[in-house]
Amino acid sequence: MATEAKTPELIVSVSPHVRGKETVSRIMWTVNLSLLPAFIAAVYYFGPRAAYVTGLCILAAVLSEHIYQISLNKKTTIGDGSAFLTGLLLGLNLPASVPFYIPIIGSIIAIVITKLLFGGLGYNIFNPALIGRAFLLISFPKLMTIWTEPTARFVALDAKTTATPLGILKEGGLSQLMQVFGDKTELYMSLLMGNRAGSLGETSVIALLIGAAFLLYRGYITWHIPFSFLATVGVIAWIFGGQGGLFTGDPVIHLISGGLMLGAFFMATDYVTCPTIRKGQVIFGIGCGIITMLIRLKGGFPEGVMFAILLMNCFAPLIDRGVKSKMFGAVKEQEK
Amino acid sequence: MSIHHKSNWELLKNGMFGENTIFRMAISLCPSIAVTNGLKNGVALGVSVMFVQTMVNITVSAMRKFIHPKIRIPIFMLVIAGYVTIIDMLMATYARAVYREIGLYIQIIVAFASIFARAEVFASKNKIIPSFFDGLGMGIGFLLAMIVISFFRELLGKGELWGISFVSGNPLLIMILPAGGFLAVGLLMGFFNWVDIKFYGGKGASGAG
Repeated sequence: MATEAKTPELIVSVSPHVRGKETVSRIMWTVNLSLLPAFIAAVYYFGPRAAYVTGLCILAAVLSEHIYQISLNKKTTIGDGSAFLTGLLLGLNLPASVPFYIPIIGSIIAIVITKLLFGGLGYNIFNPALIGRAFLLISFPKLMTIWTEPTARFVALDAKTTATPLGILKEGGLSQLMQVFGDKTELYMSLLMGNRAGSLGETSVIALLIGAAFLLYRGYITWHIPFSFLATVGVIAWIFGGQGGLFTGDPVIHLISGGLMLGAFFMATDYVTCPTIRKGQVIFGIGCGIITMLIRLKGGFPEGVMFAILLMNCFAPLIDRGVKSKMFGAVKEQEK
Repeated sequence: MSIHHKSNWELLKNGMFGENTIFRMAISLCPSIAVTNGLKNGVALGVSVMFVQTMVNITVSAMRKFIHPKIRIPIFMLVIAGYVTIIDMLMATYARAVYREIGLYIQIIVAFASIFARAEVFASKNKIIPSFFDGLGMGIGFLLAMIVISFFRELLGKGELWGISFVSGNPLLIMILPAGGFLAVGLLMGFFNWVDIKFYGGKGASGAG
């Protein structure tokens, strides 16, 4: 007989009562970690230069955020990893041969103008890394499109410059692409492994997919945006991408070349700049895919992932408003 | 009749800083982005606007007792259009190179909100001398804004000033494109607001009537 029944302690607190372990910084550092395979692939194919460019981006991004916040007497938020992530993503989006001032300018634009002037993390309309890259691409169109040939094995040989697969596809069509890479399996293998010219982090599809699978497994990103994005690109490439009329295109080439994998898994899924409702995210992904293929097939640039995501970023709040579900029990306001 | 209580110097200063067309009122932004990709174009448009603004203010003020309130808008329009035609023809004759680039925007001065607004709120209610100083002040304010914007845009976007190149290397091409115009105007506007709040307690924004 328990005569001294222990009275349970009464705790009064405001909701939420159950808290997960997830914090902003934990998520950000995990995303950083998930980009590690892509970074290693970049260093493997493009030599120490890749690490130099990416490191410069990260350093400039973190420093500019720190200096901005210190000089305005605000709490510095460099510890949450978002500036690090912006720098890393920007670095992985640059070609290996850029001179030192390009990563620095891009990072400052990305952090100060795109993120901090809008109010900091959570208030930015556009993906900071992509705005940084768009700014650089428009400002330095020549320097930003010098693609060095991958040399492999962590060494930098005297790098030859060449065109990206999408660039070749745009200029000379599929037959030219076949000439450069040999037969079809060789082409697919090069594109999958990352043995091709392009931005540092976008080349190795396998490395990117490893990181993406990790994020999907942890639940930090859901399938909605990346898969609707990829599926739209694939379908449009299949229907309109071929030279012999409708339904003759090769969707695989479009899916595994360019910055599609990096964009679809790591940049379109940015929490701040994508819709928050699942249905809206699917619409967002489809919109990204349509704009990407429109630019790739009809536009002046060989690659359109960056502009597609930025354009759809503008629509994210509108999409969210459009697919918002009705509140339970709410009555539609009578029109007068 | 007169409703202003400011000295002529205060009117000038008000136009230049307190109610600066671009950085304070944020009107006439279209030409400020379109023609400020070079210092020369910016100054040309700024001077044209200054001329039109001042002359319109004087003319409207001189005619204020004869203009029937109900048809004042068309009358203002005619006055502005007259002076714009003068400056348009003058530039077409004497400054052909500049005119070829910004001719369209010279003609668009007719629709400038700032000129119209000053005719409506100031010149049609005040005597000629204050109207002259008000118009001149607004004109100088616009000219200063154009000079500041085009200075930064030409320097960063082309690495040159007034067509003379002195910075080698790769300039920031985006600054002479429209996107760079928005960026420059936005950043400068933010900077002037910051200066105003920091050193004048934000009075410039609200204190100017």
